[in-house]
Amino acid sequence: MAAVAFRTAIRDALDEELAADERVILFGEDVAVAGGVFATTTGLYDKYGPERVFDTPISELALAGAAFGSAVHGLRPVVEIMFGDFLTLAMDSLVNQSTKYWFLTQEQVSVPLTIRSVVGAGGRFGAIHSQMPVSWFMGVPGLKIVAAATPADAKALLKASIRDDNPVLFFEHKRLYTLEGEVDGAEARLGEAAVVRAGTDVTLVTAMKGVHDALEAADVLERDHISVEVVDLRTLRPFDLETVLASVRRTNRIVVVEEGPVTGGWAGEVLASVAEHALGYLDDAWRIATPNTPIPYSPPLEDLFLPGAERIATEIRRRLR
Amino acid sequence: MSRVSEKAPTGVLDDLELYTRLYRQMLLIRGFEDLVQSLFLKGEIYGTTHLYSGQEAIATGVASLLEDRDRVAATYRGHGHALALGVDPQKLLDEMLGRESGINGGRAGSMNVNSLDDRLIGSFGIVGGSIAAATGAALALKRTSGGVAVAYFGDGAMNQGYVFECLNFCRVLKLPLVLLCENNGYGEYTSFRSVTAGEIRGRAEAMDVPAETIDGMSVWTVREAAARALAHARAGDGPAFIEAITYRFVGHSRSDPGAYRPEGELDEWKARDPIVLLRAQLEADGIDAGRLDDVARETSEQLDRMRAAGLAAPFPTALESKEFKD
Ligand SMILES: Cc1ncc(C[n+]2csc(CCOP(=O)(O)OP(=O)(O)O)c2C)c(N)n1
Ligand SMILES: [Mg+2]
Repeated sequence: MAAVAFRTAIRDALDEELAADERVILFGEDVAVAGGVFATTTGLYDKYGPERVFDTPISELALAGAAFGSAVHGLRPVVEIMFGDFLTLAMDSLVNQSTKYWFLTQEQVSVPLTIRSVVGAGGRFGAIHSQMPVSWFMGVPGLKIVAAATPADAKALLKASIRDDNPVLFFEHKRLYTLEGEVDGAEARLGEAAVVRAGTDVTLVTAMKGVHDALEAADVLERDHISVEVVDLRTLRPFDLETVLASVRRTNRIVVVEEGPVTGGWAGEVLASVAEHALGYLDDAWRIATPNTPIPYSPPLEDLFLPGAERIATEIRRRLR
Repeated sequence: MSRVSEKAPTGVLDDLELYTRLYRQMLLIRGFEDLVQSLFLKGEIYGTTHLYSGQEAIATGVASLLEDRDRVAATYRGHGHALALGVDPQKLLDEMLGRESGINGGRAGSMNVNSLDDRLIGSFGIVGGSIAAATGAALALKRTSGGVAVAYFGDGAMNQGYVFECLNFCRVLKLPLVLLCENNGYGEYTSFRSVTAGEIRGRAEAMDVPAETIDGMSVWTVREAAARALAHARAGDGPAFIEAITYRFVGHSRSDPGAYRPEGELDEWKARDPIVLLRAQLEADGIDAGRLDDVARETSEQLDRMRAAGLAAPFPTALESKEFKD
């Protein structure tokens, strides 16, 4: 099987869903003619034409609103909000229209839309092009948040998101785009985590870029005879508590690695749920996240800011001693 | 937009010493951007940058009329605005290089530079955000110093809610704001015509805000229009709007080869390079070419020194940031 880059997996998922379902449309800033500023929509405009793949003005609120209104009238819009930082501008329609409609129509009309957005730090893009907006949306009932770590998952989970009948935020970490991996075409379901490395001493729950940092740390720790089980959450909302609990019951320790501010993040949500359901199994539980400050530009500062493999390994070593 | 003929007419520039200074300023901005680009390609500047090359006449012309009590909100394409306001070029370069000695200690980088001491509220990375920042500044300045706030933004920003909300807000509250739309024909890779209904100016006029469209490549034309807009705002008559037609001579950002430009378009615009136009006019009005050559040489020497000093400056080593002011 040939290795496929993460960004190609995204493109392929869009391609296949556009081909499979006439109702799927794709729009956003520079997604059509130019093929996307991150080259994730290359060739789709040529293949499906301007009725189904089109460029928009720089009007994020209109994009989110158009997604909502078209989704309740039979289309399955996929919208690109270029950087996750710009989701603030799209937020009103998403939060106050899309995620409310199913409830307010007495569960008669669902809102099958997908918003794709590029997130994450480490690219030296500074405070307004590097954020991880997950925590802004964790408290919004009716919204799914998907966060893939590998090309195979990127493809399978994006396809599942587009097929899902609910509003889905699909996050793509900018530092994963060039990552290559095998894509076997297997399907994936939203809301299911994956144990990507088995271990016995501590359960490490993470997502996106964090999965790769975690695996790197686990390799290092293995040499110190510390066995780390790595759980890739894959969907952050709603998340797969059962898989996490099953792991914690075996390892008795949990660390959640989140790229995002420690206060109000999804890591806190995971720990709270584990404490509620498995307190008796826990010997230790903690978070590794980013400080409560904006993201700095300068490379040494950004590196200090991010929870990389080294920090993960150091903390686990210290806590397990 | 009137085209400048091959041979510049004489007696256009009212103050030759002033315009010679502006020539130096524009050369510094262009040279700064060339330096940023070359350092970016060498891996010394990170992430992304959005260069101002080609648009220098606008920031330079407007800034030459601003007073100490005025304020400016720029965009991620903001190096030119910062320099025109008098931000120390070395500190600005050091910021791009991520050094401790940067104007924001390396925290901000190219897209987020700010320096209130230099009247620069900030460079705003969200398209349209500069307008809101300047709106608030205008609200305060009206009650304090009597200054005017200037918001720079691109043609692409005209489709953001920020513009409509702030235009109306400033108009009904009669706030001293000058909105300066730098129409360079493109938002990223998309031509402004293909995503913008009607005329830009008409949107301001619909809200009863006086607006004009001007040649953004001629620094003296920019100065004349800016003087009118600033006078309007200073007189307490509310906001004024300028659409300056211009062109960026480089890609949108570092990763853009500019494949969307029709063939020949860039060359056509380069024939109207604002620096070349100003130089021709200075010479036509009697400034000695040798003196202008000296200015160019001095500027390029200054940039060489800056480059060496910037690359020798230390990086920050610790991220010490308090979340809140005590
Ligand atoms: C709200 C928002 N949407 C999208 C972007 C990405 N983006 C950065 S610059 C740009 C184009 C802006 O075009 P224009 O306003 O004409 O300014 P120019 O870059 O041409 O100076 C876009 C879409 C952004 N920074 N902010
Ligand atoms: Mg533009």
